[in-house]
Amino acid sequence: MHFTLHIWRQENAHAKGHFEKYEIDNISPDCSFLEMLDQLNEQLVGDKIAHPVCFDNDCREGICGMCGLYINGRPHGNDDGVTTCQLHMRKFTDGDEIWIEPWRAKAFPVVRDLVVDRSAFDKIIQAGGYISVTTGGVPDANTIPIPKYVADQAMDAAECIGCGACVAACKNASAMLFVGAKVSHLGLLPQGQVEHLDRVRNMIVKMDELGFGGCTNTYACEAECPKQIKRQNIARLNREWIGQMFGRDRKN
Amino acid sequence: MILDSHIPEGPLAEKWTRYKNSQRLVNPANKRKLNIIVVGTGLAGASAAASLGALGFNVDIFCLQDSPRRAHSIAAQGGINAAKNYQNDGDSVERLFKDTIKGGDYRAREANVYRLAEVSGDIIDQCVAQGVPFARDYGGLLDNRSFGGAQVSRTFYARGQTGQQLLLGAYGALSREINRGSVKLHSRHEMMELVVEEGVAKGIIARDLVTGELERYAAHAVVVASGGYGNVYYLSTNAMNSNVSAAWACHRKGAFFANPCYVQIHPTCIPVHGDYQSKLTLMSESLRNDGRIWVPKKKEDAEAIRKGEKGPLDIAEQDRDYYLERRYPAFGNLVPRDVASRAAKERCDAGYGVGTTGLAVFLDFASAIERLGRDVIEQRYGNLFQMYQKITDQNPYEVPMMIYPAVHYTMGGLWVDYELQTTIPGLFAAGEANFSDHGANRLGASALMQGLADGYFVLPYTLQNYLADKIYEGAATTEGEAFEKAEQAVRDRIAKLLNINGRHSVDHYHKALGRIMWEYCGMARSKESLAKAAEEVEKLKQEFRSDVYVPGKAEEMNPELEKACRLTDYFELAQLIIADATQREESCGGHFRIEHQTEDGETQRDDENFMFVGAWEYHGADTPEELHKEQLNYEHIQIVKRNYK
Repeated sequence: MHFTLHIWRQENAHAKGHFEKYEIDNISPDCSFLEMLDQLNEQLVGDKIAHPVCFDNDCREGICGMCGLYINGRPHGNDDGVTTCQLHMRKFTDGDEIWIEPWRAKAFPVVRDLVVDRSAFDKIIQAGGYISVTTGGVPDANTIPIPKYVADQAMDAAECIGCGACVAACKNASAMLFVGAKVSHLGLLPQGQVEHLDRVRNMIVKMDELGFGGCTNTYACEAECPKQIKRQNIARLNREWIGQMFGRDRKN
Repeated sequence: MILDSHIPEGPLAEKWTRYKNSQRLVNPANKRKLNIIVVGTGLAGASAAASLGALGFNVDIFCLQDSPRRAHSIAAQGGINAAKNYQNDGDSVERLFKDTIKGGDYRAREANVYRLAEVSGDIIDQCVAQGVPFARDYGGLLDNRSFGGAQVSRTFYARGQTGQQLLLGAYGALSREINRGSVKLHSRHEMMELVVEEGVAKGIIARDLVTGELERYAAHAVVVASGGYGNVYYLSTNAMNSNVSAAWACHRKGAFFANPCYVQIHPTCIPVHGDYQSKLTLMSESLRNDGRIWVPKKKEDAEAIRKGEKGPLDIAEQDRDYYLERRYPAFGNLVPRDVASRAAKERCDAGYGVGTTGLAVFLDFASAIERLGRDVIEQRYGNLFQMYQKITDQNPYEVPMMIYPAVHYTMGGLWVDYELQTTIPGLFAAGEANFSDHGANRLGASALMQGLADGYFVLPYTLQNYLADKIYEGAATTEGEAFEKAEQAVRDRIAKLLNINGRHSVDHYHKALGRIMWEYCGMARSKESLAKAAEEVEKLKQEFRSDVYVPGKAEEMNPELEKACRLTDYFELAQLIIADATQREESCGGHFRIEHQTEDGETQRDDENFMFVGAWEYHGADTPEELHKEQLNYEHIQIVKRNYK
C-alpha cells in the first residue's frame, strides 16, 4: 500500500512546529500503524536527510498506554477500542492521505514531534489516586468478601491505561474520564472507602490546578477511549464531588 | 573466587524467619539520612521503592518511559501464583516450592525458592488491601485458575490483565510515597553507568532522555530492577524499550552475570507474519486452561491448510493430533512452557505446521465454548480474544487461534545471593533482572510473584541489613574521581557511536543479530550451531562498529542514539549467551542441546557435572569472560527426572 503522510514536526517544546509531507510505499495491510512509522524512520535514516520522527511507544500490545497519536482527527485513529499500536493499516485504503498529530491539550505540552509530556496524569494520581496502605500488616485477602458484580465494576474502571486519549478527544481537554475511572475503581471497593471523600477532593483540585478543563457532556472521551471506559464514571465523580462537600470535614 | 550465597543456617522452613530475627536494623531517625537508588518501575522496582520509602529511606527511582506505570510488568496477562489453598485442593507452601524447583528443572537455589513460596500469600493480601480488583466468585471470595506445571489451582487473576492491575497497585503505593516526599521520581531517565568506588556501589550516571544531558546520582545502595534481556532476539514479547543495558553496566563494573543461556520461549504467541514486524504478541498461558492445541494428523491436510485450500474447520475430529494430550496425558495442555514450545517446534519441523509459513499450530476453543458457552469464555478471556482479532483479523470464537513459540522471559540475570546482593557490595538486583528463583525454566504466573516478593517482602529487610552501618559514612556525594570517570566513559561511548557515520540503521543490525540468535541459539542448540552463532555475531559486531549510522546529537531527544547504546550491550550479551550455552553440555528447562535428549525427545540433564549456577565475570571488551560456579546443594528436595507424562 502507498500513503501520503502529513506529520507534525517540532524540534523541542519551545520551537515552532509545522506539518511535513512524506510519501511511503510498500506497506503491508497486516502492518501496524507504528510499524508503518518505523518504516518511514528507516527511510529517513537511510536517506540521511531528516531526523527520524519521534513518537512514544513501548509495549505495542495495547496495555502500557505509552503510544498515542492523533490520526486524521481521531485519537488512536479510525478503529474502535484500540490504541495506536494496535491500529492496523488494513483499516486504511491504498493511497490515503494521513494526518498525524500529537495530543493537543494545555496540560500535555509537546516534547518533540509527536511526543507529549503526560506527567500531569501522574501528578493527579499522586494527589490521592491510591489506597494508603503500607507494606505488611494487612488482613487476609479473603477477610472482606466483595460481591462479584462490584468487583467486576471496579475492574471495568481499573482497565484505564492512562494514555490520555480522553483528554485529546475532549474539546475542553478535560481529564474527568481518567479521574472518574480511578475514583470509581477505588471507591467501589470496601478497601477504598476510608479515604474516599478526601481522594475525590484532592484529585479534582489537582486536576483543575494542572489546567485540565471541565466536562460539558459531549462524551467524545468515551467514544475514543481504547479501553471503552464508560461515561458513568464521570457521573459518579460528579456525584462524589458533591457528596464530599456535605461530607465530614478533614479537619474535624 | 568462591561464590558465597549467604544462605542462613537452620532447616529450610525456618531460614527466612531466622534471618529476619537476627538481621541488623536502621533506627527510624537515621533512615531518612540514607539514600537508595532504584532503577526500574516495574513490579519489583515500584514495590521496592514504595516499601523502602514507607520505611523512611530517601529513594530516587528511575524509569525510561514517561510514567512509572508503563513498565512492561503491565503486559503480564495470566496471573500470579500464591500458596493460599483457598480452593482446598491440597496446595501448601511446600507444594508451591516443590513445583517451582521441579519446573525450573532443578537448577534453582532451594532457600530462595522456599522463601518465595513462603511470602507468596502475603503478596495477595497486600494487593487486595491496595484495591487490586482480582476476579471473585459469586460468594465474593477470590477465584483461582490453573497454570502450567501445577496440579492445583493457585493462580489469582484480574481478567487477562493481572500484570496491569498489580502494577497499578504498586504504582499507587509508589505515588503515595512520591506525594509524601520520601521517593523522588525521575521519568524519561536511563541508567547509563554504575559508579563503583573502592569496590562498593556508590551511585549511577543517568541520561535525561528529553535533553540528552548526563546526570549524577549518589546513594548508599543501588537496586537494579530493570527487567530481562529477551530483546537480544529482536523479536520477543518484551516491550520495545526493554533492554539489558542497566544490568550490563553493572556487569561491566564487576557484577557477575548468571545463567544467561536460560531463555524462556513461550509456546503461545501470535506467529511472525512479515519482515517489518517489530514485536510478537503473547496470548496468555491461561488460555491453555480451556484451549486445546493441535495440528493435522495427516501431512497432506497440513499442506492444504498452508496453501489456503483447507481451513481448520475442514479437518475432522479423528484427523486432528492433540499432541500435548497425546504425549503428556497427566498434564495435557498444561505442561510447562519449555515442554510445550519444543513440542510445537517438533510438529512444525516434522511438516505438520499450519499458517502460511508452516510455523504455527492451532489453539482451539470449540470444545470449551460448547461445554461452557461463549459467555463464560468471553468473561474469562475477552480482552485476549479481542487483541487476537485486532492483530490477525480473524475471529477466535469461530476459527481456532494460530500460535507459535516466541522469546518471552529470561531466567538468567545478575547473580545475587540470598539477600539479593550482587557480587558488588551495595548493588542489589530484583525481579527479572536477577537470576535467582526460576532455575532453568520459569513456571507461568511466577514472574509477578517473584517481582513483588523481592520488592515488598525481601529487599526492605535485606537492604536494611546492608545499610545498618552506612550511617557512619555520612551523606552520599557525587563528587570525586569515580563519578568523574564514569560520566566521561558514557560521554566517550556516545561520541564514538555518533561519529561512525556509516551506512545502516541500528535496527538493521538489531534485526540481523536477532535472526542469528533465534536460528542458532534459540529453542534447540547444538555444538555446531553455537559455533556458527559465535562466528556470525562477532562478524556482525565488527560491522556494526564500523558501519552503523546514528543520526542527531547527544544533547537532544534521540531515540536512535538510545537504541544504538542498547545494541552495543546486546552484542556483548549475545556472545555471553552463546558461551554459556556452549559450556552447558546438558539439556535443562529452557536450554535444550540436541546432543542431550532422551529417546522420546525430552531434556536430559547431567546432574553430576552441571548442577551449578554458571556466573560469568567480565574482563573487558572483546575479552572472553571467566566462568565461576556456584554448586547447588539440594538438602530438602529429592531430585528426580522431570516428568509430566
